[in-house]
Amino acid sequence: MEQQIITPKRTIIPFGPQHPVLPEPLHFDLVLEDEKIIDAIPTIGYIHRGLEMLVEKREFTEMVFVAERICGICSFIHGLGYCQAIEEIMNLEVPKRAQYLRVIWSELSRIHSHLLWLGLAADAFGFENLFNQSWRARETVLDVIEETTGGRVIFGSCKVGGVRKDIDKDTMTRILGVLAKLEKDVRSICNVFIKDNSVKHRLCGVGYLSTEDAKRLGAVGPMLRASGVSYDVRSTGYSIYDDLSFEIPTEKDGDCYARCAVRVAELYQSFSLIRQAAEKIPDGELSVKVTGMPNGETFQRLEQPRGEVIYYVKGNGTKFLSRFRARTPTFANIPAMIQVLKGSDLADVPNIVLTIDPCISCTER
Amino acid sequence: MKGSKTIIPIQKSELISRVQKYYDQEFRMAQICCVKEPAGKEPTQKLEMSYSFEKDHVFETLRFDVASGEEIPSITPVYNGAYLYENELHDLYGIPVKGINIDFKGTFYKVSIPTPFNPGCGNGCGDSKVNG
Amino acid sequence: MSLTTIANVFRKPATLMHPFKKRIPFEATRGHISIDFEKCIFCTICAKKCPADAIKVDRENKVWEIEHLRCISCGACTEACPKKCLTMEKDYRAPATTSEVPSLHEVHKGA
Repeated sequence: MEQQIITPKRTIIPFGPQHPVLPEPLHFDLVLEDEKIIDAIPTIGYIHRGLEMLVEKREFTEMVFVAERICGICSFIHGLGYCQAIEEIMNLEVPKRAQYLRVIWSELSRIHSHLLWLGLAADAFGFENLFNQSWRARETVLDVIEETTGGRVIFGSCKVGGVRKDIDKDTMTRILGVLAKLEKDVRSICNVFIKDNSVKHRLCGVGYLSTEDAKRLGAVGPMLRASGVSYDVRSTGYSIYDDLSFEIPTEKDGDCYARCAVRVAELYQSFSLIRQAAEKIPDGELSVKVTGMPNGETFQRLEQPRGEVIYYVKGNGTKFLSRFRARTPTFANIPAMIQVLKGSDLADVPNIVLTIDPCISCTER
Repeated sequence: MKGSKTIIPIQKSELISRVQKYYDQEFRMAQICCVKEPAGKEPTQKLEMSYSFEKDHVFETLRFDVASGEEIPSITPVYNGAYLYENELHDLYGIPVKGINIDFKGTFYKVSIPTPFNPGCGNGCGDSKVNG
Repeated sequence: MSLTTIANVFRKPATLMHPFKKRIPFEATRGHISIDFEKCIFCTICAKKCPADAIKVDRENKVWEIEHLRCISCGACTEACPKKCLTMEKDYRAPATTSEVPSLHEVHKGA
């Protein structure tokens, strides 16, 4: 009898651009064979604003405001990276107190971003109560940020040459007390993420990325650290990270549960870094005077909550820059995400897409 | 501070061989960037390309110049994930890149004028149907 | 987690009962810009420093105007003013449904 060869049929299902788990529009065409994904084609570009063209119209001292508004979640570190690039081109020496304040705000930004992601991840696998508890904890951080800088989401406290606002001693002591209490609440929330059986059931073994694939595809951030590679741009010691001690949290399993565990460990790290910086902060000036125009080019690499971000700034001696480019971590993680999507089930797609922490406004600027 | 940053000027013809050497030494692709010289509204004289690679905090950048509209080869046969950067180069600067593995053919970003970062290069993305 | 859930039944809500209770902003909150018009010398530095082009100053006719809907509350003008006549108030401006709202376009005319 002849054997019948049955070729499986392929369907293409669109995911996005509007989807309940996605904070920003992102589109995939998922090629399916009976509930298993065999390929995915990304489409981005829904919110391309062309912010990098504004260098032609805004002077280099005003461009900091544009750089901060690239994204709402990663706002402070965009402004910080831009300022550091200009300061390196113009050889400005930023005072130590300003650098310590910048690091404190960077770590606060990391805490709020990770709490936001934890809430979204809980929402993606259906645990609404945990989502709301995480965002309630995040409100405390946003209040601390508003009290010290003036804005809940867009900090507006970095400028070329230093910072614009100060945190005096009493405020600093009070903030440390608030953060200590918050750390206890965060620990009880994160214990659910790490130890709860239903969470483990949804996340363990889902979306596996091997170490070789992570290195070959250029993954950055928690995506890379969860696959066993211990790599963090903060260990190069930019700003004053040389004076602070921290360990790089790494996991070996490479699945969604490992990425969640890496972000939870980074949360605790950030609390410890803020305490160390608040103890060591010296007195001094808040900024230096900026004279002259930037002439030259540089690359700056910083660590955002989502991974490594690379800034390229080029000045030509006039008050308008030649080029400002931000290569954001989500841009580098998209090929790794496509690799992870291949071979997984359709029902796990929201979990996997959220696991790289997509920040599409950063990706498209 | 740990790590180093260097910029290496090369010729356009050496691009693929150098990229292959970085791949064999397990460098990762960091970014691809382009600068229009001179900046601003004046007509383009040249485009400065920067291809960056990184490993263990050693950051190296290959630098070469192309004229506006000149074709460059794609590096996606070596680094598969570089299609995002190369589609962006085509849509924003009008640089024709030959041989990308996933080619969006000008529809990667939805822009209202073709090649907004390099206007008047005459090499538009050819999709006036998208945004009029 | 279940302990938190049960305890939440007996605690008061975590959210502020807006609009019955107004939110008190912090001292440093960047709300909207206000001007002490007597001190203004029409030097136009604030209009040059504004990244959103929200301030317009007419030196000959002595007019200072600000479009509150364009203002991004960054505070660059308050730091740049040589006479310190601009202050950053704590309260946010009222929301609007169109982009042309006459009450949010503040104009001051001098003698």
